[in-house]
Parts: sequence; C-alpha cells; structure tokens
Amino acid sequence: MSSGTTIEEKRKIVDEVLTVYPKKTREERAKHIGVSDPEDAGSCAVANNVKSRPGVMTIRGCAYAGSKGVVWGPVKDVIHISHGPVGCGQYSWWSRRNYYNGILGVTSFVSMQFTSDFQERDVVFGGDKKLTKMIQDLDRLFPLNKGITIQSECPIGLIGDDIEAVARETSAQIGKPVVPVRCEGFRGVSQSLGHHIANDSIRDWVLGSRDIPDEGTPYDVAVIGDYNIGGDAWSTLKIFREMGLRVVALWSGDGTMQELAHTPRAKLNLIHCYRSMNYICRHMEEKYGIPWVEYNFFGPTKIKESMRKIASYFDDKIQEQTEKVIEAYEPMMQATIEKYRPRLEGKKVMLLVGGLRPRHTIGAYEDLGMEVVATGYEFAHEDDYERTAREVQEATIIYDDPTAYELEQFASRLDIDLVGSGIKEKYVYHKMGLPFRQMHSWDYSGPYHGFDGFPVFARDMDMAINNPSWDLIQTPFES
Amino acid sequence: MHEDKAAQERSAAGGVPPAGTGTVAVRDHNTLFSCEDYRQLFEDKKYFEDATPEERVKEVLEWTKSWEYRELNLERKDFLINPAKACQPLGGILAAFGFRNTLPLVHGSQGCVAYFRSHFSRHYKEPFPAVSSSMTEDAAVFGGMKNLREALQNALALYRPDMIAICTTCMAEVIGDDLGSFIQDFREEGVISEDLPLPWANTPSFVGSHIIGYDNMMRAILADQAKGKRDETSERINIIPGFDTYTGNLREIKRLLDLMEVPYTLLGDTSDALDSPALGEYHMYPGGTPLPELRNAARARATIALQRYSTRRTMQLVSSRWKQEAVVSSPIGVRGTDAFLQTVSRLTGKRVPKQIQEERGRVVDAMLDSHAYTHGRRVALIGDPDMLLGVTAFLLEVGAEPVHIVCTNGDNDFKEEMESLLAGSPYGQSAKVWVGYDMWHLRSLVFTEPVDLLIGNSYLKLISREADIPLVRVGFPIFDRHHLHRNPIVGYRGALNLLQMIVNTVLEELDRKAPAHSFDVIR
Repeated sequence: MSSGTTIEEKRKIVDEVLTVYPKKTREERAKHIGVSDPEDAGSCAVANNVKSRPGVMTIRGCAYAGSKGVVWGPVKDVIHISHGPVGCGQYSWWSRRNYYNGILGVTSFVSMQFTSDFQERDVVFGGDKKLTKMIQDLDRLFPLNKGITIQSECPIGLIGDDIEAVARETSAQIGKPVVPVRCEGFRGVSQSLGHHIANDSIRDWVLGSRDIPDEGTPYDVAVIGDYNIGGDAWSTLKIFREMGLRVVALWSGDGTMQELAHTPRAKLNLIHCYRSMNYICRHMEEKYGIPWVEYNFFGPTKIKESMRKIASYFDDKIQEQTEKVIEAYEPMMQATIEKYRPRLEGKKVMLLVGGLRPRHTIGAYEDLGMEVVATGYEFAHEDDYERTAREVQEATIIYDDPTAYELEQFASRLDIDLVGSGIKEKYVYHKMGLPFRQMHSWDYSGPYHGFDGFPVFARDMDMAINNPSWDLIQTPFES
Repeated sequence: MHEDKAAQERSAAGGVPPAGTGTVAVRDHNTLFSCEDYRQLFEDKKYFEDATPEERVKEVLEWTKSWEYRELNLERKDFLINPAKACQPLGGILAAFGFRNTLPLVHGSQGCVAYFRSHFSRHYKEPFPAVSSSMTEDAAVFGGMKNLREALQNALALYRPDMIAICTTCMAEVIGDDLGSFIQDFREEGVISEDLPLPWANTPSFVGSHIIGYDNMMRAILADQAKGKRDETSERINIIPGFDTYTGNLREIKRLLDLMEVPYTLLGDTSDALDSPALGEYHMYPGGTPLPELRNAARARATIALQRYSTRRTMQLVSSRWKQEAVVSSPIGVRGTDAFLQTVSRLTGKRVPKQIQEERGRVVDAMLDSHAYTHGRRVALIGDPDMLLGVTAFLLEVGAEPVHIVCTNGDNDFKEEMESLLAGSPYGQSAKVWVGYDMWHLRSLVFTEPVDLLIGNSYLKLISREADIPLVRVGFPIFDRHHLHRNPIVGYRGALNLLQMIVNTVLEELDRKAPAHSFDVIR
C-alpha cells in the first residue's frame, strides 16, 4: 500500500500542478504524468521520448552527454576527443565519477579533457584537417592509448565535417581504432539518442575486431551498462566471480577497448542499465546469438532475485554456488537492515533520475522500509515505463521529463521525506529543508551496487534524512 | 568445501560483524576497494584488458616527465588537454543572474544549459535556474525562431521573471539565428509585451571563453536597460565585478563601500543570488541588482570594474556611450586594495575610514608574521587572466616567486600586463607567462622545473598529487572543497585569506615531509 493517498487524490494533485502552464504546454505535459493503477494495465506508460517544451527548465541533457558522458567516456584506455568548441568537454570533464584502475595520462585517460577547441576559423573552413593532426599528435603524446574516439559537438554536424573519413585515415596511420561518434547535442530529444549512437558506433567500428587469447569457458559473461560510479561495477564484478562466472568484459566503467571488442565471446550478456545499452545487447543477440538478461543490483531483495535469475541460465554448479554466496552475505544484509530500517521506516521518497534508477532503486528503499511515492525519468522510453509498472505501488505518481517546477510542486504536496535526483535539483531542496541525495553520482559516495554497496546506500539515506541540521531551518524568532 | 565456505564468508562479510551485534562497519569507495579480494579482482581483470606490461608503463610514465616530452608537448597547437577555460554562454548566464528577478535563457541545444547549471551548482553548492530553447534537428534546418517564441511564452508563464536575458550557443550561431529580429517580431506579434526587458547577446562558444561571454552579456544588459543620459547628477558609482565566482568577494566590496559611506550600484550582484539562506522555502530569484538601479546606472558618477579582461566591451560602453569615467581596479592584495580604495576616494570624495586602515594594518602584520614561510617559495599558477594578475601581485608582495603562470584564455594584452607586473619586482624575475596553454602543458613545466606550490582550481589536483606539490585552491571552478567561494580574496580581508591559505598550506606540507627531528610544534 502506498502513502494513504488514493489514485483519485493523486490525479487531482497532478491536475492542480499543471494549471500554471499555457494551454498548449499544459495539454502536452498532462500526457507525461500518470498515476499507477493496478486496475489499468500499463497505466505507467506515460508519453515519453519526445521533445521537451522550450523554456520550461527540463532536467535533460543532450546526445553528446549520452555518448561522451555516459557510454564512451568511461572506456579507460581510449582517448575521447570532445570535437568542437571547448565547453562540452569542459563541463563533462571528470564529472560522472567513473572509477578505473590505471595510470592517468599514460594508460588511462578517463579523467582528462581533450578538446579540439574549435575557433571561428574552424567553423568556417571545417575542422577535419585539425582533427587529423590532433589524432596524430595525441598518439605521439600518449603512445599507450588503445584507440581514440571523436565525440561530435553541435557544430560538427551543422558544418558537415567528414569525421568518418578522418577516422578511417588516421586509424590506418596509427594502427589503432579511431571511432567517429555523431553525437551532436541537437540530435534527438535527450541523452538517450546519444546512448544509441554510441552503441551503434561500437557495433560498427569495434565489436568483434579482437579476441581474448584463450578458448573461453562456459561461464563467460559480460557486464553491460555499469558505469562504475563510485565503484559500482567492481562490487558487481565481485559477486559474479563469487558465483563462479568469468566476466570477460565490463561495459563501460573501468572498461577497455579490448573488452568491448571481444564481448561477442561471452555466453550471456548481463545488462544493468537497460536504457543506455539494450541496443548493443539486441545486436549481439541477433548477430552472435548471445542471450541477455536484465538484472538489478540495488538492495538485497533485488540482488538475490537477480542472482538466481542469472544462475538459472547456467548449470547446477553455478546455481549451488550462487546460493552459497547469497547465504554468506545474509548476515551483513541483515545487520544493515536491523541498523537502518528503524530509522527509515515509512519515509516517503521522490525520485527523478535517468537510466535505470527510477525503478531499480525502489526495491532497495523498500528493503529499508521506505516508500517511493513518485518516480520518473529524464529520458526513458515506453519499455522503461512498462518495466517501472512492475515495481511501483498503487497510486505512485509517474512523470516523464518533468520540469523543475513540477518536481518542486510534487515535493511539497506529497509530504516527501527524501528527494533523489541530480546536482541541478539538489540545492533547491536544501533551501526547502528537504533531505536530498544525488542519485546520479551517489553524492560522491558509493558504491551502491551489490552486497558491498547496500550498507553504503543505507547509511547514506539515513545520513540524509536524519541529520540534525535539517531541524535548524525553523528559527526560534518571531518574523 | 569447508575452506571454500569460510573463505567466501570472509570475503562476503569483509570484517563486518554478524547480525545482532548492533554494529555495521560501512565501507565505501574510500576504503572498500583496498581490500585484498578487490585487489585480486583488479589484478585478474588485466587479462581481459590487453594491459600494457608494467615495465613499459613505467618507461612511458617517466618519459612523460622528461624534457624531451616537454618539448613535444609544448609543440602541439590548436587543441587543448585539460584547459582552464569554459565557453561563452556560461559567463553570459552568470552576468544575467546577477540582476534581480532575471531568468537567463540560452538559445540553442538544451544540453548546454544542463551543463552550465551543473557546473555552477557544483561550484556554489546552490541552485542555478536557467532555461533553454531546446533546439533539435528541425531547428537546425528551419532556424530556432519557433523554439525561442515558445521558450519565452513558457518561461514567462512558469517562472514569472521581470527580465529574461538571452544568449546564444554555438548551434544558434552556426545556423545564424538573428535574435534581434526574432525579438522584434515577437513584440510585433504581441507574444511578448513591449515593456518586458529582453536583453540578448551573441555568445558563440567558438570565440573566446566564459570571460568574454560575461562581458558580452553584461554589455548587452547595460546597453539595453541603462539608456539614460547623464543629465541628472548622481552621487553613485557603479561597480562591475567581472567573472567573479566568489560571493564573498562581492559581499566584501559592498562592506568596504558601506564603511566608506559611498553610494554605489553593484551591477551583476550575485552575492545573494548565489548564496541564499535556507529558510524552508525556495525562491528562484533570491538576489541581484534591482532593475531600477540598473536603469539608473548610466547616470552614475563613474564606473569601476574589478576585472579588466572580462569587462572590456562593457567598459567601452561605459566610457563611450555613458560618457563616464571608466576605471579598472582589481582589489586583490594589499597594494591592489590600496589602489581600489584610493580610486573610490578620488571619485567620491569620501575618506578611507580608520576601521579599514586598521584592517590593512592587520593584514600587513600577518604578512610580517608569516613571511618566513612565503619568502622565496616557487609557485605555479593557472586560471583566468584577472585572477592571475591579482594573485601574482599578492605573491610578489609576500616575497613568493611565481615561476609558471599559465593562462588558457589570456591574450597578448594580458601577457604584456603580467610581464610588466613581474618586471616590477625582484621576485618576478624567474617567471614565465604561458598564454594559450593548458594544464597538461603545466604538468610538463612542473616536472621539468619544479615548484613548491600550485595555485588554481580543483582540476589542478591531478598535477598536485602526481607531482607531489601542494595546491591552494583559488579561482573557478572549485568543486572539491566546500565554502571557499564564501571567503573573499579581495580587499584586506581577502589578502588575509589568501595569506592564510598559502602559509598554512606551506606549513602543512612542512609537517607532512618533516623528519622526526624537524617536526616542530611551534612555527
């Protein structure tokens, strides 16, 4: 049961919030906000993946952010060129906390910003020559790089540069993959198209181009869609190893060019961030016959469910081993819940994030006795909302690409105890006196994935909600 | 079997006591991944990574610190690695948000605004409202007029600003959208009322940097809104801060002017806008220069800009169109503050009160007390031109020696001004000014010609750690330390803050490296 408010009451709140808009925008926005209703199958499927209304302070980013910031950026031994003016690269520099092992500037380049620094003359005369020279120079300065990607910013597509030709030419010269990525920010309606474009560029320019030098095992799997924020992919990798699986590739946090290239050797693809990487899983299924399975590593309930689901693709040996791993972690999970649940029981959570988190984290909150009463996505598609419907309680408000205004309204009308969203939203709620956690970057904490991540998640939610400083907002003075 | 299980339990529990004991040792990324099981996992992963053999890695790492590498590195032109600059609209929206009830609107692809807002929120730890016209492929083909029209309509209905300040992105610039004619059309269509202020600026990201964007937007707002002639005498002076990301600086300037009893208008006052109290309610426009004050700015007695390179076009407008005395005076360091206060005195006839003179005495006293730890310290700096000039001047006042001064977004005028500043001090003789260079260049410079101290933004921590040189965080952005922007670096108080940060960093480093016999408790 949800927070005691009925579906009708929630719908009324939604209607009230929307009244502020001009007519056209109101009608448009109304399609994007729903209230979950078990009587009405698929009622979570609000309108999605369409253009944001101009001027409304959307929380979305762009295709470049989806490719460079999310999918390609974490591939650690590859130099990612932000091709165009200086800004996009600068703002996405080292900002998603994609952890990796390696020596910066020698074997790994994730937390560096390489920009072709377009000037007016480049816009007028084109940037292909400059890009060619840049790639040659970078390969000399960083001889241990395993490849280069060209992440296009807006002007590249507009002036019609032939970055594909540059990629082919320079790749032959340096003897390494050079991958052109047409992720200009004006393409599509959000980050989402950038994910797809990045997946396609890996498909077309990388996948299957190299192999690991062994025969493989029946237990070879690839982890797809974990960006290793605060070490998420590592706490995930640890569990798969303990289950007896051999992870041959991480996509893309702490990942390498070789891992991307030899992924078709996996027997099963395990996908966490479905939104950003389902494309490549579908491709590998079609082309190489590799099945894929979605999993959710937030909170013990979902972790255990996911581990068993994954194990079911393998033999008894793996299934037995999986049970042992679950059993081994049980005391730690119990201790975490015993400690934190009493402090968090009944707290109401409102989420707005990207990718998988608006639905995947619900189970983790529920493990701690908390309720997610409103949730939604920056850039989801129909299939994300179908999946969300299975996770939410009755009368949960579901919003797609909500504006900053809508969120603030919901936060105050729904008696929320914790908001989980991004940096742009965070301080608004601090002013309002509402506890907040960044659920893109884990507020510089983490990992949140896996058994080792859950205590961190629980501690962080507790510290956010129960810090005594919130009580000081109320002044003792007369106004 | 039993051994396996025990090993798994150890691995799983990782030192965490079982349920019922009442404690959970939460290990986050800071400690978790140093555990043996993770170390092993990382080691094994290399098999799939095509990892370069360690010997070769070491060889290349050492090479990147060599003179040979430095020469190769300094040769590169036309592209940047770890630059210390951002793009124009970022500066544009900072200028805009310094005016009361003003909504910054960026005309272009919507990802830009998401980035600008994140960037400022990470620095200030504050909300930064700004909207986008959300241009997509269709706008690339047909132009962005439709987007801008709807953006204005929605933004007005939703956020009820008194002014919308519009700047462009590279997309709008490349397709050649003409904002002037768009806005004229909207007014004629009646979409936008005649009296809604809509100053706009061209801020292409492929020209200049964020400091030029600040200048372009500030100029646009002043040109559009402060049209009055100097027909009525005003006792006021205008202050234009420039691209200054210290709310503490603006508060300090206001405090000094209040102490001097000078009537002033701070044009683009972000001190309250980006440092608002937590009172249980969110206000989208918590501060900024009141618009009536803005409109009277042309009538002021004079205008002082606190930065030169982020206000050049603006100050041209002040002197040519407003016919005011337009002075640039950076109040960083003791002499910089002296000059600023003297300028204010000269322009207003007000005296510098005893209280301020005592503050000056206190910072000089502190500098004398600390000089043994600043004298002769070799320093490398990177940042915006005006910050570099001010901080370098301060370093010269305390006998520190700037060695590498790197400015990605400087120009020849800046280089000349900096060189003449350095030439005026015996402590400036070993410095070299690197205009157009970046942090990867700086890395080569400090590995080949080491320094004692680094000064710059948070991204310098890469070099600080690798080259083992302590870092004093000054400039923008500062993402990884809290509240620094609340402490001024201007005025005498600002000089005291700079001194404290520098000298205590030097002392911290002395302690960190001291052998047991030199680990002194009194310094």
